[in-house]
Amino acid sequence: MIYIRSFIFCGIVCAIAQMILDNTKLTPGHITTIFVVVGSFLDVCNIYDHMILWAGGGALVPITSFGHLLIHSAMDKATSTNFIGLLTGMFNLTAAGITSAIVFSFFLSLLFKPKD
Amino acid sequence: MNEKKYSALVKKHTPKEDVFKNAMIAFLIGGVMGIMGQGLIDIYSYMCDISTKEASSYMIITLIFFGCLFTCLGWFDKLVNFAKCGLIIPITGFAHAVQSATLEYKREGMITGIGANMFKLAGSVIVFGVVSAYTFGLLRLLVMGG
Repeated sequence: MIYIRSFIFCGIVCAIAQMILDNTKLTPGHITTIFVVVGSFLDVCNIYDHMILWAGGGALVPITSFGHLLIHSAMDKATSTNFIGLLTGMFNLTAAGITSAIVFSFFLSLLFKPKD
Repeated sequence: MNEKKYSALVKKHTPKEDVFKNAMIAFLIGGVMGIMGQGLIDIYSYMCDISTKEASSYMIITLIFFGCLFTCLGWFDKLVNFAKCGLIIPITGFAHAVQSATLEYKREGMITGIGANMFKLAGSVIVFGVVSAYTFGLLRLLVMGG
């Protein structure tokens, strides 16, 4: 059942992005940035947490979860250390994604030549 | 030929993009990516005997690795031509942005090429993500107290 729900959720997010891309002059870079901001906005009232409980992995795959994880880890830290926690805890949960992207892309770029 | 006629002519000859079909393809491919994400979480939490939270970061690392590898092999651009936003919006799009910038600027050297340009495309995601997360977090602390 969770597979169907993650299919529906992730599919709808991608379809919305595709409709924005087709009907406006925005580039994919604009759209991913907008979706990250939307993801962090949805965490203001803990809406995105409910979405993850409902859709499971389907809600963690789209780029909106990146914005959600940023604010979620910052707020986790802020509950114990107050305002400074927003600065110290920002990358706690997204560290895996950012670090792996840097490390993999660095070593793979040493191995491969650009295709054109 | 007046302006109205001209714009009508231009409209007639611009290739029409089937908006509905594109949205359906993005829906299907994005949905498959969602299923893969959930499947990887289940596989990792079953095989490595770890919590779901831990398994979800393993899943993100796996998807980023395959996004980088497929970009290097030149498959990702062909897949995106077909799947469009179905592959750009999942975390693979972030990996693709990082990897394609690194490959493109590789010839300019290690430091000034790879190091300086790695986040040329994906940097906006991190910058706006952090700025918006900080702003909304501050708002939440001030208004709701955490």
